[in-house]
Parts: sequence; C-alpha cells; structure tokens
Amino acid sequence: MSTGLPKEYYRLLEELQTVDFVLLELSLYLDTHPDDPQAIAQVQQFYLRRQGLVQQFETQFGPLQEYAHSPTVMGWPWAEMPWPWQV
Amino acid sequence: MKVSKCDPRLAKYLIEQYGGADGELAAALRYLNQRYTIPDKVIGLLTDIGTEEFAHLEMIATMVYKLTKDATVEQMEAAGLGGHLVDHGFDLYYHNAAGNPFTVACLTAKGDPIANLYEDIAAEEKARATYQWLIDITDDADIQDGLRFLREREVIHALRFREAVEMLKGYQEEKKVF
Ligand SMILES: [Fe+2]
Repeated sequence: MSTGLPKEYYRLLEELQTVDFVLLELSLYLDTHPDDPQAIAQVQQFYLRRQGLVQQFETQFGPLQEYAHSPTVMGWPWAEMPWPWQV
Repeated sequence: MKVSKCDPRLAKYLIEQYGGADGELAAALRYLNQRYTIPDKVIGLLTDIGTEEFAHLEMIATMVYKLTKDATVEQMEAAGLGGHLVDHGFDLYYHNAAGNPFTVACLTAKGDPIANLYEDIAAEEKARATYQWLIDITDDADIQDGLRFLREREVIHALRFREAVEMLKGYQEEKKVF
C-alpha cells in the first residue's frame, strides 16, 4: 500500500504532524493555564499554518478526516486512502 | 510509524500497551469516563488527553501490525504467539503481553475528583515505566524512537494531571466553606 506514494506525501504529512503536535501541546498546557495570552496567540498562529497545510495535503492526496469533514469533489476517496498503518 | 523489520517477539511485548492494564486503551477509557462528573474546569483536559490516548493506541497497533504482518506461522510460534495465532490469526486483539484479555476491572471510578485524578497520575507513571521496560527490551532503533516519544507523552500527561489536582484542591476548599 505504501508503494507508489510520492515524497511530497511524506513531507507534507510530517510537517502537518509537527504542527499538530505543537497544537496538541498548547491545548494541554492551556487546559491547566487558561489565562496565558502568549499561548493563546501561538494557538492562533499555528492554527492558521495548519489550515494551509491541510488544504495543500487534501487537494493532492485526499481527505484527512472522517465524517466528510474534508472536501469531496468526486467519488468517495475515504474508501481508498492509505491508512496510517499502511504508510 | 516506521518499522524496519519483522519481529513477532517484540510485538508480543508491545501488545501490553494495547490491551494491558496500564496500556493506552485503559487510559483512554479511564479518562473519558471520568469527564461527566468531574468539575467543569478539568473536563477539557480529560477530553484532550483521553482522545490523545486513542491516537497512541493506533500507534501501538501500527507497530504490532507491522512487526507481525510478514511473519510465518513458525516465527509466530517461536515468539510465543502460537496461542494468539490459534485464536486470532494475524488479527490484533486487546490482551496483555501474557495473553490475558483486556478487562475494565483494571479501572476504577471513585466518585471523587481528587481520588480519580490521583489514579490518573499513577496510571501515567505506570505507563511511563512500561514504556521504559519496552525500550530496554528492544534494540530496534525505529521502535525505540516511537516508544521514547510515547514515554515522554506520559510524562507530560502526569504533569498536567498534577496541575489539575492543584486546580481542584482550591475548588474543594471553596466547597467546604458552605
Ligand atoms: Fe498518557
């Protein structure tokens, strides 16, 4: 399944994972420090970066999320995606 | 998740974090279940960490799957997975390293936010210790990488739960005033 995936797939996915990790860490931090304006500003900054990356990834490689939270123009790519344990 | 070789012996140990008492499934179920009755200010933390544990569960499953997918029946048997093979084939199953099926008997819900959060802290520390044993038991650099990442997550979770205890201690003292 992982054969034939372009380098760009892994590059974008890794960048997305990095940004997601920052957002996850900020979330847990804010759960116990909800009044830190600096952390809130960082969330906003990384949220925007994530949006750009998600759009780039999804237009090239298909949906990242379930429940049709991603744009679906033709067909139902969810059924054909390589899954995390296949790449 | 990068896994470079077929190693059913290691998979047999890793399954502890899939269906074991201090594994990722137990963690996710424990935290998400506590959310309904915990004071509001901690619900977000339990939701976030509980969901993250499901992501970790998928990481462990991916490692186990990749370590066993190309194994022969003989290799599975030699790794002590003959019993698993007879019951589950190459499917994953929620059991611990010793082969005992997952049970919620390893979880408690005490109806007391402080007691529950202390259990969460203990669970994180036990998961961290299990990851350390797993890191020590393998020499596969890719697997060690993933396991170190997961170990560090348990450290952060324990830290956040400790902070949550402090938040709630204040809250409980307020309540006693009435
Ligand atoms: Fe954890």
